[in-house]
Amino acid sequence: MDIATFVQVLDSTLRLATPLLFACLAGLISERAGVFDIGLEVKMLGAAFMAAAIAFVSGNVWIGVAAAVAGSVLMSLVHGGAAITFRGNQRISGVAINFLAAGITVVIAQNWFRQGGRTPSLSGDARMARIDLPFAENLRDVPVIGPVYHGILSGPAPLVYVAFLCVPATWYLLFRTRFGLRLRAVGENPAAVDTAGVSVIGLRFAAVAICGVLCGLAGAYLSTGLSAGFVKDMTAGRGFIALAAMIFAKWRPWQAMGAVLLFGLLEAVANRFQNIDIFGVAVPVQAMQALPYILTVVILAGFVGKAIPPRAGGAAYVKEH
Amino acid sequence: MSGNGRIPNWADVTLVPLVSVLLAFILSGILIWAIGESPWAAVKLMVEGAFGSSYGWGYTLYYATNFMFTGLAVAVAFQARLFNIGGEGQALLGGLGVALVCLYIPWPHWSLALLAACAGAAGFGALWALIPGYLQARRGSHIVITTIMFNFIAASLLGYVLVNVLRPQGSQDPSSPRFPAEVALPKLHEMLALVGIPFSRVPPVNISLLIAVGMCFAVWFLLWRTRLGYQIRAFGESEPAAEYAGISPARITIYVMLISGALAGLMAVNSVMGEQQRLVLNAVEGAGFIGIAVALMGRNHPFGVFLAAILFGFLYQGGAELALWTSIPRELIVVIQALVILFTGALDNMVRIPIARLFALRGAR
Repeated sequence: MDIATFVQVLDSTLRLATPLLFACLAGLISERAGVFDIGLEVKMLGAAFMAAAIAFVSGNVWIGVAAAVAGSVLMSLVHGGAAITFRGNQRISGVAINFLAAGITVVIAQNWFRQGGRTPSLSGDARMARIDLPFAENLRDVPVIGPVYHGILSGPAPLVYVAFLCVPATWYLLFRTRFGLRLRAVGENPAAVDTAGVSVIGLRFAAVAICGVLCGLAGAYLSTGLSAGFVKDMTAGRGFIALAAMIFAKWRPWQAMGAVLLFGLLEAVANRFQNIDIFGVAVPVQAMQALPYILTVVILAGFVGKAIPPRAGGAAYVKEH
Repeated sequence: MSGNGRIPNWADVTLVPLVSVLLAFILSGILIWAIGESPWAAVKLMVEGAFGSSYGWGYTLYYATNFMFTGLAVAVAFQARLFNIGGEGQALLGGLGVALVCLYIPWPHWSLALLAACAGAAGFGALWALIPGYLQARRGSHIVITTIMFNFIAASLLGYVLVNVLRPQGSQDPSSPRFPAEVALPKLHEMLALVGIPFSRVPPVNISLLIAVGMCFAVWFLLWRTRLGYQIRAFGESEPAAEYAGISPARITIYVMLISGALAGLMAVNSVMGEQQRLVLNAVEGAGFIGIAVALMGRNHPFGVFLAAILFGFLYQGGAELALWTSIPRELIVVIQALVILFTGALDNMVRIPIARLFALRGAR
């Protein structure tokens, strides 16, 4: 593999990891607060549709992004309502919302645009512009630094940078603020938080809303940054890979970044090569596609460092009287 | 969700699901109205398309057969409080089992092939559910996540097998060759012709329908008439109590997942052997997930699953007709299905609490 290919693969790794990273951090915050969310996938899907549709109609990508975030938060609140307020089964609610958005986006896309459940392609200001870092062109030919700076770090859509900035931000929020401490406590022992006079329901709704915002950004990037427009089922399992990355990272932000980069790399390599020779053994592309899921199962099984979810996760909190 | 003494049992099994479905339909009606179509006309079209002719009935029953298998699979697991979302992957593997049986063994007669295909489908499906079951039982890995992961792994595995092993030489299409004509299952119209009832020849509904109905009885018998069934239900009601009574949680978890996976796998007999006559990439077409809605709607009871499967068969066939004659895309059915899962599964309390209040009011008078 020559240097140019290598840089290209790393470049697409970064782009492919971006939606995963947003969604992974979204799930992480929600689950740290004790609300399981297997609906990451469709919040992204719904957001991707909103972003593309509204960006197309308004001609401005940022209005699209705002709409995506709004739509995603709305879906989060439906999940929150079912899981927190009505104390329903969080996983069943997640499954339901998965189908809801998968169906509704196509129905509405077909109704608005009549293009077989897709939005028209975006161009110009309706797409997310690239950001070229300063001096990228000048440094292009410098060995090592040049390809890395020009080919990988410079050029992606602004949301890529935002995604990676969200990692320290999430870490700070969870581990260095009072809100974060309470958030984590609510996922481990809600009764203690309640006794301290802090609203369990309020905290959980806050976490679910943040999850919605991040999924909204993931979806918006998918339809306006990574590709130019919405197509049916365009998330293609990314929400579940993000879920896998979250478990793989054991619900920790920095490790989550590592996990999504690994999974992004796998996807980039699988996109670029059909079969890969590793030490003389041909690895089929399907094996690479399945690898994130297999790794997650292995981690869940506790063969390589056990992943233990937040203790109160998945259970609705019932106040004692 | 038990321990709600205020609603009489009959209302719990009939009123709560009916009100939930009604709510789902009303919301879907509003959606249809919002996209500029007439909800009334849509309902009429769906009912006529699904029940108005033996052609419609045939497709309705074909889909219902799929959903009975996957619905039973989810329902059995739910009885033990296990949420098996892996029906999709288990059915995919079941399809692989069917294809191997039909392609590599020369069968003299379809009846023998059917028996072997059932064994292959159930065996492969059960095997695919066994791993998450084992990991839950012995390693405490949450079954919801592992079964989701196994759905994706199954899709990759099937893709690999179809492209690299089963695909005939020179074919671009990732699918197996056609099964030999000897293993074609008798269709419903052939069976009904024996007793002199005319039926449309087009729909793919076939003898698997009888197997599905038989499975509804078998699951009922298993759950309410055998020792294992008692243990499964006891485990589902209260794990500590079951353990105290000498029931091994690990053993029950593994058994339940084996049964559940086998039922999901059996679906492939209907779709792969009965309809497609070859193995294709998306042989399951989401039926594994619809099983969740069917089980929730049917209150995890085999008879309820039977009725709910027919309801969803109607939605599927009716939805196909809608897509054909109006501008409403097929995905509307996915929305209805989602709303049914949401109301009967997650927002159960939202429907239940007002009904409980009504009964409390009536009792107070």
